[in-house]
Amino acid sequence: MKKNSAFARWFYGESDTLLDKVEMKPQKEYKEKEGEIRELMQEKELLREHIYDMKDNRKLKLFHRMYHIAALIFCLTLISIMLVTVSWLPENGNPDNPVNNEVSARYIESGLQETGAVNIVTGMILDYRAFDTFGESNVLFIATVTVLILLRLDKKKTAPAKKGTAVYEKPADELTIAEAEADDRVNEPKNDAILQKVAGFLVPIIIIFGIYVVLNGHLSPGGGFSGGAIIGAGLILYLNAFGFQKTERFFTEKTYKWTCFVALTFYCLAKSYSFFTGANHLESGIPLGTPGAILSSGLILPLNICVGLVVACTMYAFYVLFRKGGF
Amino acid sequence: MNFIQNFPFFSIILCMFSGIVSSVLPARAAKWLNTCLISVVGAMSAALLVYLMGTGESYVYWMGHFPAPWGNEIRAGVLEAGMALFFCIIMLLSIMGGRKKLVGEVEYSKHNLYYILVNLLLSSLLALVYTNDLFTAYVFVEINTIAACGLIMIRQNGRTIEAAVRYMIMSLLGSGLFLISLCMLYDLTGHLLMSNIKESVALLAAQHEYTVPLMVTIGLMCAGLAIKSALFPFHSWLPDAYGYSTVSSAAMLSSLVSKGYIFLLIKIIYRVIGFDIFTESKVINVLFLFGLFGMIVGSLSAIRENDIRRMIAFSSVAQIGYIYMGFGLGTEAGMTASIFHILSHAATKSLLFIAAIGLTDVSNGSRKFQDLTGAGYRNKIAGVAFTVGSLSMVGVPMFSGFVSKLLFAEASIGHVYKMLPAVIVLAISTILNAIYFMKTVIRIYVPERREDCEIITVKDEKEYAVTLACFIVLNIALGMFSQPIESWIHAGLAMFG
Repeated sequence: MKKNSAFARWFYGESDTLLDKVEMKPQKEYKEKEGEIRELMQEKELLREHIYDMKDNRKLKLFHRMYHIAALIFCLTLISIMLVTVSWLPENGNPDNPVNNEVSARYIESGLQETGAVNIVTGMILDYRAFDTFGESNVLFIATVTVLILLRLDKKKTAPAKKGTAVYEKPADELTIAEAEADDRVNEPKNDAILQKVAGFLVPIIIIFGIYVVLNGHLSPGGGFSGGAIIGAGLILYLNAFGFQKTERFFTEKTYKWTCFVALTFYCLAKSYSFFTGANHLESGIPLGTPGAILSSGLILPLNICVGLVVACTMYAFYVLFRKGGF
Repeated sequence: MNFIQNFPFFSIILCMFSGIVSSVLPARAAKWLNTCLISVVGAMSAALLVYLMGTGESYVYWMGHFPAPWGNEIRAGVLEAGMALFFCIIMLLSIMGGRKKLVGEVEYSKHNLYYILVNLLLSSLLALVYTNDLFTAYVFVEINTIAACGLIMIRQNGRTIEAAVRYMIMSLLGSGLFLISLCMLYDLTGHLLMSNIKESVALLAAQHEYTVPLMVTIGLMCAGLAIKSALFPFHSWLPDAYGYSTVSSAAMLSSLVSKGYIFLLIKIIYRVIGFDIFTESKVINVLFLFGLFGMIVGSLSAIRENDIRRMIAFSSVAQIGYIYMGFGLGTEAGMTASIFHILSHAATKSLLFIAAIGLTDVSNGSRKFQDLTGAGYRNKIAGVAFTVGSLSMVGVPMFSGFVSKLLFAEASIGHVYKMLPAVIVLAISTILNAIYFMKTVIRIYVPERREDCEIITVKDEKEYAVTLACFIVLNIALGMFSQPIESWIHAGLAMFG
């Protein structure tokens, strides 16, 4: 690019085709007269009164009424469409329904040999259709991420400031963690004797039951999702009875972060291996074991543990974030 | 099996894996991981596209040790691979263009969370593109929805949180309708795999069985995805969500998230319901009508707007209307035009959002039109880019928007009932587009010097300038070399069948 060409001069900001060359009538700033301003203020005041005057604002009333009626009509139409459609669907429980086809037949007949899981449902979600389940655990993961974005209170920590870049500043009315903690102490009563006694008795049972449900996911009803929810409920009960000071000894944000990370990473790598070998028609080399034994059915048991950990951590993290905005 | 055939699986899993890894990384590392990830996925998609062009056949890929109706499966053809490549390019450019703004608008400690959202958003888009199973599609629709909500509200102020809540309510309604129709389809056919459903549906249609539930299913599926992609009567969530979120999010939401759902709808039309059954149903007339209304109403709302970001957002409503109008024509040509418009709109809208942010930055951050006077002189590259985007949106030859408008007009000609309304509305909408975009261009090039505003040159913001230059090149490339793209779309649609 030549230094003196018209384009170069434009590019380096030395001259513009129109700027300063075309005569412009300068835009005058619009100034109001004293009287007009007062009138305008009065009008605004009147307008405000008018708008928020629910009793006499006919337009607003009409709008609200129409809104309710429209919503009602919409819901009723949708419901009636659904009901009519359901009446046209195949009859429930009929053995000739299209749902009873070769897909479910194979799950039921050879699910045990192919996945090694006595609980067919677990075999289905963690082996036959494991990709969907991996997506589903990512749904949980991303839900926690959005809750973290919304509710986590951070220490003031700014980006390494570069010259000329704006840096985010917190709104002034946002709480700090210490303030949130104080707030929590006021609003949540602590050291309730009855609650503590009952919780001391119940929490171990709940958590052991949760672990049982997770570990036996391939043998009996249950699995990672339900067992994890039970463990999470136990943790929340413990927190409610004994407060943050006790739970912080074993569960901080770091614990949460790394547990989720390790569980999901293991899940991702294990399943990637299995998908890759499956798609390329290679032997995966993972033994299925004897159906019915606790150490059986290949990857399903470790995957259940991973899912359980993720779910338990997610439940607990949701509760903590909603209550205090941090761990 | 050729090693290259693993690439769709690799790209989906890599995106999810880097999302997980980003949760423990500091912000800088997460940023680099994200950039590398998008580039790698883009390169893999390009390689796959070249490979598939060579073989000329689509293929299915088992996700696990079990064949299709029992296990999960994904499928790749030229259209899928090309879309994945295109999505990667747009996403990379959108992130690069908005990175400086991200620092100013989002807390630094939450930057790694932003990149988690972006990585998972990409994984869900890829999965929507490659999936061959309706339930897998639903799972990734969920990920997409939540990621989009997070992207809107990561810039935390009242406006964005309200916008995110609105988006979530509307979007969940859409997901719900989609799920209901999915359940009904499963009840009628007993399958979740796309190709199996298509066989069963063809059989049911031939025997005239279950016509009512089948129609309702098609209607609900279209309605669900139309709500999620902001077709005209369901667009109330759109202006706030696009207008107030941080600029990369706005660019990604308008050009990727809504397009992902539209691509899923195309896939459903061709691979689940069957193109003939879809065109015979009355649903396409509704889509056609909504599309036409959207083209007019979106443009009219944009004309009334006094905020440049919201104006661009309303213009999206009109452009989505074009795409659904193309579906509503019910011909192969209409579909081709719609798919081309997906590309052209994605390339142009993200360009406009990113250029607009450059213009508002040199106007003391104000987005009002009267403050933007002469902004094109203060930030040259943004001014040029905005002009290019506007010309493309209006449909001036050489730019991508022209080609899609031409294709729409060609597709509608010869149609018995729909030719006249389509062509007339196309003309009116073009004039309306010209009114609000040219108004803005004239406004930013009014030769007026303002002393109270800073001037940003290309040297100050190199990354931003490079991004805009890439966008301009992409736009002109789409406009000038439309022939190979059209033949690529035809080849892809043929592979769908």
